[in-house]
Amino acid sequence: MKFILHVNGTPRQIDVASNTPLLWVLRDELRLTGTKFGCGVAQCGACTVHLDGEPARSCAIPVKAVKQRNVETIEGVSGSVAEAVQNSWQELQVPQCGYCQSGQIMTAIALLREIPRPTDSDIDSAMTGNACRCATYVRIRKAIHDASSSIEGK
Amino acid sequence: MTRLRAKFRPSRRQFLQGSAAAGAGLLIGFNLSCSSDSPGQGPDSPGEEFSPNAFVRIAPDGTVTVYSKHIEFGQGTYTGLATILAEELDADWDMVRVDAAPSDATRYRNLYFPEVPGIGPIQSTGGSTAMANSWQQLREAGATARAMLLAAAAQEWGVSASALVAERGVVSHGGSGQSATYGQLAGLAAAMELPKEVELKDPKDFALIGTQVPRVDVRAKSNGTAQYTMDVYLPDMLTAVIARPPRFGGKVASVNKAAALRVPGVVDVVEIPAGVAVVAEGFWPARTARRALSIEWDDSGAETRGTADLLASYRQLAGQPGELARQEGDAETAIAAADRVVEAEFVLPFLAHAPMEPLDCVIRVDNGECEVWAGSQAPTVDHWAVAQVLDLPMDKVKINTLLAGGSFGRRATFDADVATEAASIAKAMASERPIKLIWTRQDDIRGGKYRPMYLHRIRAGLDSDGNIVGWQHRIVGQSITAGGILDPGGPDTTTAEGAATLAYAIPNLTVDVHTVPVGIPVLWWRSVGHSHNAFVVEAFFDELAAAAGKDPLQLRRSLLAGHPRLLAVLDLAAEKSNWNSPLPQGKARGIAVHESFGSYVAQVAEVSLGAGNAPVVERVVCAVDCGIAINPDNIRAQMEGGIGYGLGAALHNQLDVDGGRVVQSNFHDYWPLRIHEMPQIEVHIVQSAQAPTGVGEPGLPPIAPAVTNAYRQLTGQPIRRLPLLPNGADAVNPSEVKQ
Repeated sequence: MKFILHVNGTPRQIDVASNTPLLWVLRDELRLTGTKFGCGVAQCGACTVHLDGEPARSCAIPVKAVKQRNVETIEGVSGSVAEAVQNSWQELQVPQCGYCQSGQIMTAIALLREIPRPTDSDIDSAMTGNACRCATYVRIRKAIHDASSSIEGK
Repeated sequence: MTRLRAKFRPSRRQFLQGSAAAGAGLLIGFNLSCSSDSPGQGPDSPGEEFSPNAFVRIAPDGTVTVYSKHIEFGQGTYTGLATILAEELDADWDMVRVDAAPSDATRYRNLYFPEVPGIGPIQSTGGSTAMANSWQQLREAGATARAMLLAAAAQEWGVSASALVAERGVVSHGGSGQSATYGQLAGLAAAMELPKEVELKDPKDFALIGTQVPRVDVRAKSNGTAQYTMDVYLPDMLTAVIARPPRFGGKVASVNKAAALRVPGVVDVVEIPAGVAVVAEGFWPARTARRALSIEWDDSGAETRGTADLLASYRQLAGQPGELARQEGDAETAIAAADRVVEAEFVLPFLAHAPMEPLDCVIRVDNGECEVWAGSQAPTVDHWAVAQVLDLPMDKVKINTLLAGGSFGRRATFDADVATEAASIAKAMASERPIKLIWTRQDDIRGGKYRPMYLHRIRAGLDSDGNIVGWQHRIVGQSITAGGILDPGGPDTTTAEGAATLAYAIPNLTVDVHTVPVGIPVLWWRSVGHSHNAFVVEAFFDELAAAAGKDPLQLRRSLLAGHPRLLAVLDLAAEKSNWNSPLPQGKARGIAVHESFGSYVAQVAEVSLGAGNAPVVERVVCAVDCGIAINPDNIRAQMEGGIGYGLGAALHNQLDVDGGRVVQSNFHDYWPLRIHEMPQIEVHIVQSAQAPTGVGEPGLPPIAPAVTNAYRQLTGQPIRRLPLLPNGADAVNPSEVKQ
């Protein structure tokens, strides 16, 4: 089936089976490889993208359900919050293997856009769906606080 | 600057050979650097480059490319190795980038690993050896390059090399005021003779080692551009998934491909030794068609027992003496004469590695040549295996090593399982189209190569003063190496390591092992034998301390006089955790200390009780001695990671097998540690002048016993079975944890 998706601000036409998960459209059709395959069942968060700004697990969303919503991936995410999060990720040397980090960063950006000064408990609630087998969680927590402070400081 | 004369080891000639070929044929675009500007254009720059050995190349624009013989899967190897070389080279860190070395064991073997019969030396990452086996090699490689750059400048300026200073990629001559960058000197340096000997820096002059050098891969891993095998897309590439037998050792009896072949996008369905491969235009059609396959399996050679059956047979074996791994004095007699005897049985489960990037491999076979893209811990084993499957000479197979999204041992196999599957599909397809093989998470969790399940029986005797007079430890489980190409013979070290090496001074001691043949494939899992032995030894030790009425820290200290580095980390962790200060009601501390892979780690866990009496690990204080701290921040990161990975397993993970079928299948029932369970972690690094050792694994072994020792303080309940909260259970079941 043919679909038009709005990805990172651009309309993209694709022709795939209607139950194809958004993840595999992004990767196999559009070559946006920053969004990762981790579990396929919305349990790890490696595939997190934004749908109209809300974090969503792209491995569990069939392409036909995306409709007119704007899809934002790690390649397209921008703005002061995104910049602050990505800078803090580097400043605090968060990633180890790095494979889950696009998803972590996308969830963290959505959190800070909604709650600019999150508590540890806010961070736990928002980030608990994003698994990291390297267990970089200590630094993820610090980086979110750090990004929050840097945005407020501006 | 003081420089010490290096003693060359026999390996020197080998690693300085074949210099100019080092960079040839590498993929452009996968290299990593921490600089925000892409440093230089490398091979495309005008002028001549300088490749004095297999580990470094300096381009005319000054870019320093370090070739890493070890894979980067999160442990910080790329940065650490480049730091060692750049230190002796006096390079400008902003100009340093790192590429994966090609697959070539003659230049890039792991100097700590033995030769494999039939294959020879291997290029491999494992056993936390990357820094340790590369330390001298890369210091010499960097110092050699530096000496040649200085010689080039000396010749060009007509001055003595000893009058020159090298700093941050620039050579300068104080007398004449002349200076030149390494890039400017590259062409001249390439014409210099290889020095017969070089001098290495006095560690007090280190400018990069021991400092906060930023990781080379963090920028690419914070913006989605880091390239993993999963991200390789070649023109015309197909995607394959494999239906594997539901029981280990099963085979395909018959397959009906018709429905799978009707799925739009499916190109072919082929039988390979591992199962039935579906090859399609992308992942989704491949995975959809796999579900449409109808396969009859032949289980006549399959393992049909389950974990309950195995446990019963292990328990029986534990009643009989095994193969002796260590004996001191006469433990039997000492325990028989003891004032009190403490006995316990411990059970540890099968564990999957479950790295975030599922297993994968890209292969292209075209016109008698093959190219592979993979994140393998043993590229030369893959190289050999692919050549065997395709019946190609080794020089017609090229292996490209990419970043791996975690591994924890899973990508270090004897049989190159994933690359062999990919090559088998390519062979069966006989198509020139590239193929990406993807394992799903279910394939990964159910795919075997687990940390083995173990049953331990341990007993010890105390005299009337509470001294430990005898210790008997018996371990029953599968060997990781027995019968394979890496079997060293003798009592199985992968079963006994960390138990047979018990550091405590106990006069009468036996450790023996039963190695059981089971048809469930097993493999090294982060810290290998230490992953279960440190738990059993350190948890049981605390039970003994309690029985003797002694402080667990003081009892450990009294028996570690012969192990000053263990004692030092133990004391440091105790001091930094304020071991002797009281905690609020409802909180307790547990301590554990363990040496693995030449590094020494002690941890103190502060634990409280949550709902359902579940342990809540609030804080962990960790002390580590890994010799010279090449990158202190990365050491902290690896301690944090080892603690988190070990804690996740101790709290949640077990694989059950029922009638030969693995029960768990994905992260919903093989529960990864999540952020709300991650404790605060404080890492203290012992200052050391010893040669560096590894940090990828040694942070893991102490965490489980540190936590369970604290838990026992709180509840009186000794923990003798892991995990505490199997696969997401929200309460501790006392009958489950104590056998």
